[in-house]
Amino acid sequence: MSVMTTLPINQAKARPVLRERGQREVFCGLTGIVWLHRKIQDAFFLVVGSRTCAHLIQSAAGVMVFAEPRFATAIMEERDLAGLADANEELDQVVAQLLERRPDIKMLFLVGSCPSEVIKLDLSRAASRLSALHGPGLKVINYSGSGIETTFTQGEDACLAALVPEAPVQAPGASPSLLVVGALPDIVEDQFRRLFEGLGMPKVDFFPPRRAHDIPAIGENTRFLLAQPFLGETTQKLEARGARRLSAPFPFGAEGTAAWLKAAADAWGVTETAFNRVISPGRERARRAVERHQKVLSGKRIFFFPDSQLEPSLARFLSKELGMEVVEVGTPYLHREIMGPELDQLSAATVISEGQDVDRQLDRCRAARPDLVVCGLGLANPLEAEGMATKWSIELVFSPVHGFDQAGDLAGLFARPLMRRALVRV
Amino acid sequence: MKLTVWTYEGPPHVGAMRVATAMRGVHYVLHAPQGDTYADLLFTMIERRDERPPVTYTTFQARDLGTDTAELFKTACQGAYERFRPEAMMVGASCTAELIQDDPGGLAKALGLPVPVTALDLPSYQKKESWGSAETLFQLVRTHASASVRPPRAAGAAPRCNILGPTALGFRHRDDVVEIGRLLAALGVEINVTAPLGASPHDLSRLPHADFNIVLYPETGELTARWLEKTFAQPAVRTIPIGVLATRDFIAEVAAIARVDPQPGLAYGASRSPWWSRSVDSTYLTGKRVFIFGDATHAVAAARVASEEMGFEVVGLGAYNREFAREVRAAAEKLGCPALISDDYLEVERTIADLQPELVLGTQMERHIAKRLRIACAVISAPSHVQDFPARYSPQMGFEGANVLFDTWVHPLVMGLEEHLLAMFRDDHEFNDAAGPSHLGGLAEAAPVEAPVTGSVAWSPEAQQELGKIPFFVRGKARRNTEDYATDKGIAIIQVETLYDARSHFSR
Repeated sequence: MSVMTTLPINQAKARPVLRERGQREVFCGLTGIVWLHRKIQDAFFLVVGSRTCAHLIQSAAGVMVFAEPRFATAIMEERDLAGLADANEELDQVVAQLLERRPDIKMLFLVGSCPSEVIKLDLSRAASRLSALHGPGLKVINYSGSGIETTFTQGEDACLAALVPEAPVQAPGASPSLLVVGALPDIVEDQFRRLFEGLGMPKVDFFPPRRAHDIPAIGENTRFLLAQPFLGETTQKLEARGARRLSAPFPFGAEGTAAWLKAAADAWGVTETAFNRVISPGRERARRAVERHQKVLSGKRIFFFPDSQLEPSLARFLSKELGMEVVEVGTPYLHREIMGPELDQLSAATVISEGQDVDRQLDRCRAARPDLVVCGLGLANPLEAEGMATKWSIELVFSPVHGFDQAGDLAGLFARPLMRRALVRV
Repeated sequence: MKLTVWTYEGPPHVGAMRVATAMRGVHYVLHAPQGDTYADLLFTMIERRDERPPVTYTTFQARDLGTDTAELFKTACQGAYERFRPEAMMVGASCTAELIQDDPGGLAKALGLPVPVTALDLPSYQKKESWGSAETLFQLVRTHASASVRPPRAAGAAPRCNILGPTALGFRHRDDVVEIGRLLAALGVEINVTAPLGASPHDLSRLPHADFNIVLYPETGELTARWLEKTFAQPAVRTIPIGVLATRDFIAEVAAIARVDPQPGLAYGASRSPWWSRSVDSTYLTGKRVFIFGDATHAVAAARVASEEMGFEVVGLGAYNREFAREVRAAAEKLGCPALISDDYLEVERTIADLQPELVLGTQMERHIAKRLRIACAVISAPSHVQDFPARYSPQMGFEGANVLFDTWVHPLVMGLEEHLLAMFRDDHEFNDAAGPSHLGGLAEAAPVEAPVTGSVAWSPEAQQELGKIPFFVRGKARRNTEDYATDKGIAIIQVETLYDARSHFSR
């Protein structure tokens, strides 16, 4: 079930995309909770779902989170489905129980799942009701992380899109501000903040904020930069508020980060000289750190299975800055406009595939015999056993990889499996 | 709806996957939404399997719901058969597919595949993982063995058994099966089929060729054993050979059913653990307070080992699988301790905090709890973590299993002279729990500051200081006892005297 189509892209040169429909070996959007619940420190994520949802979240990271998590699942039972119990009443009780245990929570996300979507449990009404009941100290918001609607990182997109309406309305005539959109590790945020300050940009905010009630005002004078490529719905919501997106490649590697910062600098009219003066030290550090991995990675062939939508950006980084040959870039979803600047930089020989039929893709991968395969946890060990070197893709989402000072680490994540193969003699 | 932080068991289709993945020659087609493929990583990462589980998921999305998900299932099922050419197939639905009621069994039947297809009906909103694995094994055995007959046995033929219950992702099932296999060989008992681990559908059809069954893991095997008992008059051995005493009982039970001499079994690899337990160093184990929690089979077996082989005091015993609650309650009653039947992680945590045991024997969840409460812990049961699948041979069952239990339960404890010295020289600045382990140069994380003493009674500064001199692994219990004693006697402020009065009161 696959078709080759030509995408009508303005920015990127039209190139064929292999569209596949079959078994998709990917996580659902609930998985985003694993990092989002740490990012927003006074928010709690309550999945309204099944035992499968609860089991997924605790298994997804490969290990369990040791600290008390700020997420839980309201597991639906037979009586919730049979209409014996009013599911809304049950949900209210679970929320009351939760708040009793965690009175420190300021924002509660009710997260929809496949079963809650299929039985059409209206969580937006539930959120309004619960906000009225427990407010104003608690705000209840809902979004869906269900697998029928979201793939892995799209859960963050849905979460952030639901958060946009909570932003205060920008005062008319407010001075222009920059919004960096997409959850980043705190340390990376701080690095970017210092760079933007160096560029003389007065007001920079990050979204999502570290505290639920610190959402910045958003309006016509907001320019935003996506820090993550999977935020299509959030982009729409921000644009509907009048904010304008700055198109750029994503901040991976020395050149990606420089181009990303440049998009903001240009919008603020920072001179070329000033820009270069501010970013040069970081860019040089990044180049040196990346260079160290070239002897391992240069000329090696890499194959991406779809996972997080980061794949085209990572492929661009690996081909441009490390000299890798990209055989196939699989992505669960290809946002043509957002990805335009990345696709422009990929070799015409690279196959871009969207969606998945995992068995067919495995056939292609085996036939191509790449030097390194980027894939999910379900495929990695089986492929290693077949003799292929793999990099588990989830680590690319769970570790700091954006910006100049992580560029070397990012390259290292790809180099390590190959270095290990050279080291281990058993 | 039930508020859940961590779950002990997955949904029932994960139980079915544990059976399918354990076997050879079967393929499971699961009608499930995108995302349910996460279950693959349980096997490939936690158990480090080098093959994908034999499961094809339909991974339907919202857009498919508007069209024809039944067609999607048929395509996936047909495609899976053609690609993998299994000897037999299983079909079923995960929780979301159960709601859309596409009837995978009926759809698969309509395809007319040239292999037997077992339709699994696993109600996700009522049942859980263990139940799912038991039901799956049972349905597969019914599919493949119903038409079999129990052949006549030649006079003088060696006795023959089946081993029922071991699955993929089972806690040490891999090694238990080897250890029990060796023990049975020593007894002169042949193994006809081990199922599901390593069995093919054809093997399942040969189950009736055995004289009797051994139910190693009742959570998965008991349902099937009962059916085989009823249908083919095969008796079952039900003693779980965990610990030296239970292994001896197991040998006696097998020998009686198989009409063989138990002696070669008893002599086989005689365990070191009885001598390890009797040797003087183990005096320190006497009366160590232990809390036990896990699946019912492992928890009940561990309780016997803890009390009768290690000389521990079992202060609490529990299980997360309600199906075997009766067995757990009976064992707890015999030990005179409370039974906890719960799959609520928070309730288990509260119980452990209240009981303040010196050792927790549990699942990986209890390892979290024990780590937070700074209590020693060893894992005895699924659910388990990647480190519970060791590279080395490490059974829980049989005589070698008893050795493994002795080592893994004793190592986390503070023992011997260290225990005495900690109690004697509390003021030594580098040798107390607040300083962190001395062998780590005092750089390791120190013990957390004592939680403020709360409740209706207050502590005088002197009494609080004296309490701090009690070693950390019994301090919580001492504090609780003293507070209870003070409340009981109407003492508002606890003095040093109260602390010692309470100690003498509770030591009676």
